[in-house]
Formats: sequence, structure tokens, C-alpha cells
Amino acid sequence: MSDFTIAQRERENVQVLELKGYLDAHTAPKLEEAFQSLLNAQRYNIIINCRDLSYISSAGLGVFMAYIEDVRKNKGDIKLSNMSAKVYNVFDLLGFPLLYEITKDEQEAFNKFAGSAR
Amino acid sequence: MTSRTLHIESRTERLIAVREFISDEARSFGFTDEDVSKIALAVDEACTNVIKHAYRFDPNRDITVTVKRKNGTFEVTIRDTGSGFDPSRLHAPDMKDYFSHYRKGGLGVFLMKSLMDKVEYEINPGKRNEVRLTKYLHR
Repeated sequence: MSDFTIAQRERENVQVLELKGYLDAHTAPKLEEAFQSLLNAQRYNIIINCRDLSYISSAGLGVFMAYIEDVRKNKGDIKLSNMSAKVYNVFDLLGFPLLYEITKDEQEAFNKFAGSAR
Repeated sequence: MTSRTLHIESRTERLIAVREFISDEARSFGFTDEDVSKIALAVDEACTNVIKHAYRFDPNRDITVTVKRKNGTFEVTIRDTGSGFDPSRLHAPDMKDYFSHYRKGGLGVFLMKSLMDKVEYEINPGKRNEVRLTKYLHR
């Protein structure tokens, strides 16, 4: 059973990863691969759309921590959108909203990239 | 008191079964959906720590997850026979320091402490290590 999938698409110069399902220690390597291939392709403006993300554990949160520094060094950002209250609570508990921009919807995140001249 | 046990192999693909087992037990005990999610996440973190650190991803070891329910107390014990660790060295990270240095590990310990009412360790390396996670049902 595949309990976690990632769909990737491009909006102008912004890469959008749509996460679906359960992001835990088993599935986190899939997200690492996705980030790694974006960085290899020098794509640093990234939106993570969490609309269909049902669950996240620290293994998933650790992936965002692992890539944010490289992304920002290259003048990009990882912005997260469309989180359910349940998923947001886990981010919030760890103080992630201080470090990551978390928007209500994808358009808002996209506009923020546009505002910072992507 | 009621007690139920789940045995799993030390593989990350089994985490989903652990979460389902714990969620069913917590829900039928009377916890809200929010608390059910918190307990399932805390137990996921404890099992992930065992798989990664105590067993170092050896997929053929055993983890025992036992739920004891008694008088408003929901206690989950996660047992392994791996390498163990010194619990006094296990501390939750300071999140301000964590973010300023973009660190990557240690979040699980912080989460367990935040999500549960009590976290206890009993470590006997190579013999039996236990993590006990307790949450009280506030009526």
C-alpha cells in the first residue's frame, strides 16, 4: 500500500509539491528525494501544498529542516500552504511558523514569491 | 485494568499499524480526536526512535507496544532489546537554538514530551529498554 504520494507541478518559476497521505519515517525519504531533485535542478522557489496531507511526524518535519538552509542560501524559499488543523498543530507545537511561511492557500504563497520578485 | 499488546518487526512500514492500534485503543477509552492524534504521534515517535537508534534499522528485531488502561490513565509501553542509551543525555532541544542552527534531529523527543503527560525511560542495554508514555483522560 502506498500511503504517501507527491505530485509535482510548475507555476511560472515556482515549483509546487502536493503531498498526499501519511508522512512518517517510512515515507520521509520520498520527500527527501523530491527536494534533492529540485535542488539538483536549481529550483529554489518551492511551495508545499499540504491539502491532502493527513499526517506528519518529526521524520517529515526533519526533511523541511534539512533543506531550508540550502534553499535560502540560493535566495529561494520553502513555503507551506493548505494545512489541515491537525497537521498545522504539529508544526505549531515545534514553533515552525517562526521559521517557515505557512499560508492558508497556495495562491497566497505564490503571491508572496511574486512579491519578492521571483 | 485492561491490557493489549501489539508485536511488530523493527521496520518503518509497520508504523502505520502502530498508529492504527493506538488510535483504536485511545478512541475507545474516550479520548477526543485531537488527543487520539497526539497519542498516536507520540507512540510513532517512540517506535521510530527504537528503529533508528536502538536497532539502527536492523529490520528483523522486535518491538512490543503495550497499552494499559485503568481509571482514566492511558499508559503505552514501548519495549525493545536494542542498544539502549543514557536517558539523562536525552533532552528536548531548545527550539530557538534549534532553528538558528538549522538542526535536523531530536524533534521526536520534544514532541513526545509535549504531546503526553508523562514520559519515562527504563534502560537495560541489550536486555530490555522501555519507554512509558502516559496520558490522563480528563473527564
